[in-house]
Amino acid sequence: MELVERLLRGDKRAAAKAISLLEDYDKKAADVLGAIYPHTGKAHIIGITGPTGTGKSTLVFALAKEFRKRDKKVGIIAIDPTSPYTGGALLGDRIRMGNLTLDEGVFIRSMGTRGHAGGTSRATADVIKVLDAMGMQKIFAETAGAGQSEVDIARIAHTSIVVEMPGLGDDIQAMKAGILEIGDIFVVNKADLDGVDSTLANLSLAVEREKPSGWKPKMLLTVATEDKGITDLADLIEEHYDFLKESGTLETEGVERAKEELRAALSQHLFLRVLERPELIGEFNNLVQMIAKKEMDPHSAAEKLLGLAGIA
Amino acid sequence: MTKLRVLVAKPGLDGHDRGAKVVARALRDSGVEVIYTGLHQTPEQIVEAAIQEDVDAIGMSCLSGAHMTLFKTVMDILKEKGIDDIVVTCGGIIPDEDVTKLKEMGIAAVFGPGTPLRDIVDFHRKIAGK
Repeated sequence: MELVERLLRGDKRAAAKAISLLEDYDKKAADVLGAIYPHTGKAHIIGITGPTGTGKSTLVFALAKEFRKRDKKVGIIAIDPTSPYTGGALLGDRIRMGNLTLDEGVFIRSMGTRGHAGGTSRATADVIKVLDAMGMQKIFAETAGAGQSEVDIARIAHTSIVVEMPGLGDDIQAMKAGILEIGDIFVVNKADLDGVDSTLANLSLAVEREKPSGWKPKMLLTVATEDKGITDLADLIEEHYDFLKESGTLETEGVERAKEELRAALSQHLFLRVLERPELIGEFNNLVQMIAKKEMDPHSAAEKLLGLAGIA
Repeated sequence: MTKLRVLVAKPGLDGHDRGAKVVARALRDSGVEVIYTGLHQTPEQIVEAAIQEDVDAIGMSCLSGAHMTLFKTVMDILKEKGIDDIVVTCGGIIPDEDVTKLKEMGIAAVFGPGTPLRDIVDFHRKIAGK
């Protein structure tokens, strides 16, 4: 494919078009993925998550500038929520990243969640593959503002950074399962605000527990708008990546990730296999009516559709 | 499942983005993925953002009077890069006598003050149906 050849040479326009194919589940999406897949696996993928307003975009901007100084090519995927009612989205993360737009070694793409819960979109992992294949070395995936259980990013990223700020939550919230369990690095951004000490004390509960890999999560203070703490954070990101490589975790987690990817692809393909068939769309709508009237349960209806599609 | 993507951009130095934000919001509510660039973008930044975001349309807003220069530069860069699949529209404070010139430059629509949001939304719906 000519498009893939161009994107492998680092052509941004080709990469952008390829990403759209993946996001839209175009018929050519599978071909694109197939062609770029052998060229992936070289990038370090860093997930940035945390509540709305903690400064994730500004932090990504500051980190991107820092890694550019270190001669790394930087890809950024910034995810914002899609309206569940209209399907529209206002993607505004570029506002905080303006000056990077013209940097040759930076590629930024905004994405809507498009109906996917968990702070990412269904195509996020695939889109990261494009940036990886085009030669980006550090890829930041910034989730939509996350609450407590948006933990998808940990399945996609090598290094997960949870961004908090002073004044959010208390010690009980820090004990709950979910987002605070996935952090390899915890950043308290806006550390020039009051309340840093109690935020650190609360987070220390989350930091105490070693990850299954043996990595002990670290905490760090930043003021991203003033580039404070950014060099240390970049060092820590590199330290975690080195740990993953040296401990063999990168490899073992790679297998886990492959399993997740296959699972996701399987459910998506099954879904499309059924709904691609015009004769089954009518049946789908009939079953929806029956489920709404409580004449059939959704699981039996799904089995029925699979049967009609010749899969069950 | 192609989704319409539109870049809403504020070129130049004017800081009046109420109009751009209202348009962005209206497009969002009609199901469009709107990428908002923020203020003070150079024409080069706008075109590059449009490329990386692979948008179907760019909507620029300018209230400072510099529209003839700024919009023309954007159109020139698009042409130079051989990009002909992005529809460009504009809005802001644009005198009537400039509208024809802007259209000659290749700008598809000029949405001046008082344009009903419905018109802007409908225009973009038509692009979606292209």
